[in-house]
This record gives sequence, structure tokens and C-alpha cells, in this order.
Amino acid sequence: MSPIHYVTLSVILFVIGGVGVLVRRNAIVVFMCIELMLNACNLAFVAFARLHGNLDGQVIAFFVMVVAAAEVVVGLAILMAIFRARRSASVDDANLLKY
Amino acid sequence: MSHILAAAPSGTNTDSIAVATIFWILAVISVGAALAMILVRRAVHCAIMLAVVMLCLATMYAMQGAPFLAFVQIIVYTGAVLMLFLFVIMLIGISSSDSVVETIKGQRAAAGLAAIGLFVILILGIGHAAIGPAARTTAANNVDNLTGLARLIFTTYVFPFEVTGALLITAAVGAMVLAHRERTTPKPTQRDLAARRLASGHLAPDPSPGVYALHDAADRPALLPDGSTSELSVSQTLAPRDPYEETPPVRPELPASATTEAES
Amino acid sequence: MTTLHTVVATGALKLSWLLLAFPLFGAVVLLLGGRRTNRWGHLLGVAMPVAALVYGLIAFFALLGDTHRSQDQHLYTFIQVGRLTVPMGLQVDQLSISFVLLITGVGSLIHIYSVGYMANDPQRRRFFGYMNLFLAAMLLLVLSDNYLGLYIGWEGVGLASYLLIGFYQYRNTAAVAAKKAFIANRVGDAGLTLAIFLMFSEFGTVTFTGVFGSVGSGGSGVATALGLLLLLGACGKSAQVPLQSWLLDAMEGPTPVSALIHAATMVTAGVYLLVRSNPILALTPTARLAITVVGAVTLLFGAIIGCAKDDIKKALAGSTMSQIGYMTLAAGLGPAGYVFAIAHLLAHGFFKAGLFLGAGSVMHGMNDEVNMRKYGGLARLLPVTYVTFALGYLAIIGIPPFSGFFTKDPIIEAAFDKGGTSGAILGTCAVIGAAITAFYMSRVMLMTWYGKRRWSGEAESGEPHESTEPGAEHAGAPHPHESPATMIWPMILLAVGSVGAGAFLILGQRYEDFLGPVTGFPPTSHGIWSVSGVVTLILVLLAAGLAWVRYGRVPVPAVAPPGRPLTVAARKDLYGDAFNESVLMRPGQWLTRLSVFFDNRGVDGLVNTLAAAVGGTSGRVRKLQTGFVRSYALSMFFGAAVLVALLLVVRL
Repeated sequence: MSPIHYVTLSVILFVIGGVGVLVRRNAIVVFMCIELMLNACNLAFVAFARLHGNLDGQVIAFFVMVVAAAEVVVGLAILMAIFRARRSASVDDANLLKY
Repeated sequence: MSHILAAAPSGTNTDSIAVATIFWILAVISVGAALAMILVRRAVHCAIMLAVVMLCLATMYAMQGAPFLAFVQIIVYTGAVLMLFLFVIMLIGISSSDSVVETIKGQRAAAGLAAIGLFVILILGIGHAAIGPAARTTAANNVDNLTGLARLIFTTYVFPFEVTGALLITAAVGAMVLAHRERTTPKPTQRDLAARRLASGHLAPDPSPGVYALHDAADRPALLPDGSTSELSVSQTLAPRDPYEETPPVRPELPASATTEAES
Repeated sequence: MTTLHTVVATGALKLSWLLLAFPLFGAVVLLLGGRRTNRWGHLLGVAMPVAALVYGLIAFFALLGDTHRSQDQHLYTFIQVGRLTVPMGLQVDQLSISFVLLITGVGSLIHIYSVGYMANDPQRRRFFGYMNLFLAAMLLLVLSDNYLGLYIGWEGVGLASYLLIGFYQYRNTAAVAAKKAFIANRVGDAGLTLAIFLMFSEFGTVTFTGVFGSVGSGGSGVATALGLLLLLGACGKSAQVPLQSWLLDAMEGPTPVSALIHAATMVTAGVYLLVRSNPILALTPTARLAITVVGAVTLLFGAIIGCAKDDIKKALAGSTMSQIGYMTLAAGLGPAGYVFAIAHLLAHGFFKAGLFLGAGSVMHGMNDEVNMRKYGGLARLLPVTYVTFALGYLAIIGIPPFSGFFTKDPIIEAAFDKGGTSGAILGTCAVIGAAITAFYMSRVMLMTWYGKRRWSGEAESGEPHESTEPGAEHAGAPHPHESPATMIWPMILLAVGSVGAGAFLILGQRYEDFLGPVTGFPPTSHGIWSVSGVVTLILVLLAAGLAWVRYGRVPVPAVAPPGRPLTVAARKDLYGDAFNESVLMRPGQWLTRLSVFFDNRGVDGLVNTLAAAVGGTSGRVRKLQTGFVRSYALSMFFGAAVLVALLLVVRL
């Protein structure tokens, strides 16, 4: 399959992940949708690496994975702290910036 | 399978039927799983769907000549990160589910609109871009995947590598700080715990689950399945006692200092 | 043509500033000294005008020897800014010395009279302070050698008039009348101010010598403009039409004020201004015609008003307005009339002041009652006052050999001499005015001094114009009695002037020769009797007879009967106030209301609309901040889409 198919698939997954972020209210589900978007980007990177014939895209995808892992760690720790304080995991509860 | 994995960088049409079939199947599965992920109610189900997507993607990495990345995806991403998600779901509420009603007016419509818009724009961009067939590998890259990656990471990308390491350390420390809970009461010392145990009158630990014994003293014989005692279970030096005899609990005199330390 | 040369003052005339210093010193001491000076304040107040009079006589005799020269005394440089240099100097010539003698002479007599008239007023010291202030300002007005100094004096007498009309501060009518006088004067002052501006811009100087020397080079347009602006100023100060409305209300002040300021001196300042500016007027027949028209209209105006007034002071005020109309008419006739205008002014000063002091004496005896319908038959009870009043009456209506006959007739003759239709009309107006004067003055005489006694025994109440000055001697029923000596003697001396001043000035062209070098000599010289003089005299006698028929033979009703339309109009000052109100005041009010409306709605509305728009916009825009993370995520998503689109657009 030519890389364009992979890139198209990556776009579809990315958009689906974006919609998930906007529509879901549970914080953990939102986080998982963000992970989906990151994975879609990884797929695109790997497809471009194959397109250009070198491994730079794979290295970048590798780093993205590492950073995503670190991000998940911290994000979930934050989520835990918030849950302990407020007993709710809904993103709509943090609306103190409301006019 | 390895020839499929190794053949991908050359970009030839050999094995393309198999590759195409696998790709299309995996693509449908992954898109379906992604859609399911954003539509199901319970968080655990979302996690399962995400795992499905990740596995499909791992396979696609493998098909594109990135075996190292495929395994890292499975081991690290699906195996560690997603499990972390599941742990947090367990801690927070396994049955926490969103209601179907949308609280923000027009959010779904706007999200759909934005999604369609972005999709169209990106597809247009990709369509216009010059994406040709896969390129041939050059001589420098004609080593196997792991060596090539290692070479890149430790030469060209060594600085991001080091920074990412620092990031990981920071993330770990940050997580510890965030999840830490200060004790509001002093930690009970061993003396406190021992005093508490004595005060409760419950000196020995409870039997583990599945144990039907009423007592576990050394001078009480064990029961056989038909209800009789087994003399072999008591040591010769001890006098066996009636297994059904009830003894009153021992409650020694406690000094005053012990009781004050006995907090929960 | 003036043949006057200006020299620096020498000898006794070097001290001409004393004329200003004496009354100014008196005013300063009395007004700043306060209650401490109450015991001797009136004595100082009388001494200062007398001292000024003494010096005035000295200066007069010093001047007599040399009538072709004007003695100038430069005091100091008042203003020196850029091109404008205004000296503060005094100029003593025949015109100014005539006024000085009139002001200080009649002024001293009225000051002495006031000692007795205001004897029961605790504010007497303040009264003398203001009177001295007035004298100082009036003397500055007539002695100044430049228009700006004249203007300072002009404003000073306006101020003193305001203070004195409103002397009875507790009375609302007095305060309103003072304000009205000041404002009407101010309108005229605008004319004088513009004239001074014009002089400076055209000629670069405001001194008399400078302006009169260069007025020829300005062209007739400038001269006409100056003449009309000076006429406007004179109208305000002298209560000529159209700025005449304040004079009758000014009678709210104490009677000595009416006598001095509103009969003899301040109201004549306008005539002084016009006569002093004769080189300017010589170049502009238009302005002179306007002056004569104003004079003729005013003399009829005042005469008609005077016929319908029951308040004795207001009747005399109407008479003043009319007589000054004569002077203005004469001043507009050019050199033929200047001398007679001033001569009539001097004579009028005597007999009008005498009439006012007599009225004050009657009020003093009648418990401050001013309504003539409550008088009657006072001749026996106030004999001296009656005689002096009668002499003044004969003088004013122009019976020979009293003053008025000698001074009024030359004016009528000069009017006819002007020739053409204008001359005939003016002369006819003057003759008719003389007849009406005789009518209303005879009415005053008959109602006050003859007939049955019409006052009642109990105290008056509910009278619209009753002047209740504080500390009136007799509260309750009036007991008419002759006034004390301090009041009698000034009246007697003024009566002497009423009798003889006219003859003294006119016979043998004495005053013509005296004043001629300043104003120009009258071209033709008439004898004592002329055709117009005889006709006037006959009409005067007929009018006096008519007055006797209406008021002498028939008892005077106690309440004013409803009159014919002309009478009603005359009682309302010939609708002068109504005219001012509808033409000036109401449009002014509407204009201010329009400005306020525009300010509130337009300017404020604009600003408030802007503020409201900002507030409203922010109120709506802030709703974008829902506080929901997902809304922000949505905008980020849109932003990302826009960014990608832009990138594509740029690269394509």
C-alpha cells in the first residue's frame, strides 16, 4: 500500500480522536481520545518515513511515544488529585472561568 | 511473516495483495474501534477499544518496516500506558459513565462541523501534496531496522533523547508529588499497632479466606473431613484439647500509656 | 470745528487728580472702615464732595483765563502692551469743567440732603460710601483724556448705580431693579466696548487727541460705525430707547440716589460721550441722524409714560427720560446743538434734582407713601418744599424767565433749522413733547399740592409700590410736616439754580462762547423769542390748562380708573418690558434650553451611547467565556483547521 493510504487512515483516526475530545465528558475518556490522536500522528510519521526511505520519521514516532507516556503519567496523577478533591471526573465541572 | 516485514522498505509490488488485504481489514477494524471508542458509555469499554486500535496500529507499523516501533507500541503503549489508564479507571470509578444528554448547546453540531471541515482540508492538502510510492532505501539505510534506529537516536537525535530522559524523570517525580497524600495524623508505630492488637483481644491474625477452622492454636487438633480429629496434627509434647471447647479471650491488664497510644 | 490745543497742566490745574482723590478716599474709608465709622461717616461723606467742589471752583477760575487750551495732566501709563499704550491722564477743558461743577455742586447739595433724609437708616454710612464711590467714578468719566479711562468711569458709575438701587437689600423688588439696570447698561456697554476696539484697530490709539486726529483718515464707514456704537453705549447709560426699561424701576433706590444718579449725573453721561466725540460725529451724517431719531422717539416715549404714572418718583423718572431725549436730539444736530444740549443738561441737573428732592421731602413727611392718589392739598403743610417744587415745575415746562425756557427753545429751533423733512419732523416732535411735558408735570403738581387731602388716618397696607424704608419716623398714619434744615437748604439752593441757570447760560451767548472751542460754535444765533418758541409756549399753557380741567377741577379718584388703551399702555411703560421679554428674554431662554437639550441629548447622548455600546458589547461578548474546557477545545480545533487552510492557501 502506498503511504497515502496510511496517511489518509491517520487523518481519519485523528479527526475521530478530535471529535472524541470535544464530545466526551469523562476526563479519562478525553485523555484516551488524545492518545488516539497521538497514535494517529505516529502512524503518519511512520508512513512518511517509509515514503522518504529513511528512518527519521520512526525516530520521531519513538520520541512521541516516550513523551506520550510521560504525559499520561502526569495527566493521570493530576486526574487522581482532582478526583480526590472534588469526587467528580467530569471536565465540565471545572468551569470557574465562566463569565 | 518476517519476509513481509523485511520486504516493505523496498517498495516492490511483491506480496502487495497480502499487504493490501491486511491493510484494509486492519483499517476497517481500527476505524470501527475508534468510532466505538467515542460512542460507548462506560470508560472501561473505551479503554478496550483503544487497545484494539493500538494493536492494529502496531501491526501496521510492522507492515511498514518498523518492527522495533511495533513492539514498542505493544509493550509500552498498549501494555503499560493503557494499563495505567485501566488502573486509574479502577481507582476513580469503574462504572462511571457519561449521560447521553449534551450540556453545552450546539457542541455536537459544532464538533461535527469542525471535524468534517478539518478532514476535508487535510485530505485536500494531502491530495495536493506529492506523495508517490515508497522510496528505495539508500545505502546508508540498508541495515536492519534496529541498527538504523540506534544510529539515528545516538547521533543525530541524541540531544532530544537526553531531554526526553529528563522529561521522564520529571514526569515520574511529578506524578509522585501529585498523588502524594499528607498524613493528617501521625503514622502509628509498631508499638501502637501491637497495643491496638492487644486491646482488641484479637491477638492472632484472621484465617486467610477459604479457611474454615475455628481456632488455629497449636494445641488444637485439626479436623478430618468426616468431623473427627487428627491426632497427627498436634505435637507430641502438647496435650490435645477439645477442638470445640470455647475458651474465654485473654485480656491482660494494660498500663495507661498503652491505651492512649491506641488510635485507629 | 474745534480750535482747542492741548497743553500740559500748570499751576493749580496740576492738582486735578485731587478731584478724584477726595471722593475715592471717602469711599475707601467708609466702605473698608465698616461699622467703626458709623458715628462720623456721614460727615466725611459730605466733606469729600465739598472739598472736590472747592477744588473744582479753583480749577474753573484757573481755566477761565485761557479758554482755547485744554489742560492735560498725565498721571501714569496705565497699559503698555504691544502696540497699545493707554495713559492714565486727566483733561480739564470747558466741557469737563462744566460737568465737574455740576457733579460736585449738585452732588454736595444732595449729600447734605441725605444726612437728614437717611437719618433713621442704620446703613447710612454705607450709603455715603457708595455715593462717594459714584462721585469718584463719575469724575473719572468726565475728566479722563482717553476712551479707556472714560470706560473705567463708565463701568464705575454702573456699579455704583447697581449698589445704590439695590440699597434696600432686603427688598426683592429693589434687588431685581438693580439687576435690571445693570444688565440693560451692560448691553449698551457692549457698544462702547466695540467702539473702543474699533478705535484701537483702526487708529492704534484710544486717547481723545489721537483718535480725533486720525479719525479723518479712517473713512466714513469707520466713523459711522463708531458713531452708531457710541450711540448704543449712550442709549444704555442714558436710558434712551431701546434700552430705556431700567430707569423707571431704578426708582426703588432711596430718593437722593434718584436725584443724583438718575436725574442729574449718571444718565447724562451718555450725552457727555456723544458731545465729547463730536469730531467723530462730524464725519458721519448717518450716525447723527440716528442720534436725533433716538432722541425724538425717547422724548415722546418718556413723556407719554409720565402721563400715566401715579407714583411720583416714576412720573419724574419718565420726565427725566424725556428731557434726556431732548439732549440727545440736540447732540445729534451737530455743532448747532452741542452747546444747547450741555446747557439744557446743566439746567436740567438743577431743576430735576430739585424736583426729586422735593418728592423725597414729601415722602419723608407722608410716611414714605409714593402714590400721588394719596396726596393732595399738601401746599399748606410743606410750604418750603412746595415753593421749591413749584419753581422747578415752572422751569421744566419752559415758562419764561425760568431755566427751561432758555435752554429748551434753542434745541427746538436748532431742530427746525436742520431743514428738510427730518428737521420739520424733529422740530414737531420736540414741540409736542414740550406740550406733553407741561401736561404731566401740571398733573403731578395738582395731584400733590392742591385739592382735597386724600390720605386716610390708618396705616396703609397692600399698596404695590409703597416704599417702607427702615426706621421710618412715623409708622401708621401720615402726619405731613416740613422737613428738617439739612433737607430744606439744598432744595432752596437748587431752586435758585432752577430759576436762574438757564438765563445765566444762554443770555448773551455766554455758554456758547465758553464751550464753543470744544464743540464748535452754533452757526446761527437766535434771539430769545422766535416763532417756534412762541408756539411752544402757547401749547404749554394750553396743556397746563387741560391738566387743570382734568385734575384740578374734578376730584382725583383714590383708585386709578380703568383708562383708554393709550393710558393702559402708558401704565405698562408702553410695553417696553413686554417687548424686551418677548424679543430678547424668551428667545434667550429658548436658546439656552436648546443648548441644554443639545448638550444633554446630543453630547451626553453621544458619550453615553458610546459607553453603553461598549458595555453592551462586552456584555454579549463575555458570554463566549462559558468556562467549559470543551468549548475552548472546540475553538482550538477550529483554529487548527483555519491554520491548515491558510497554509494550504499560501502554498497553493
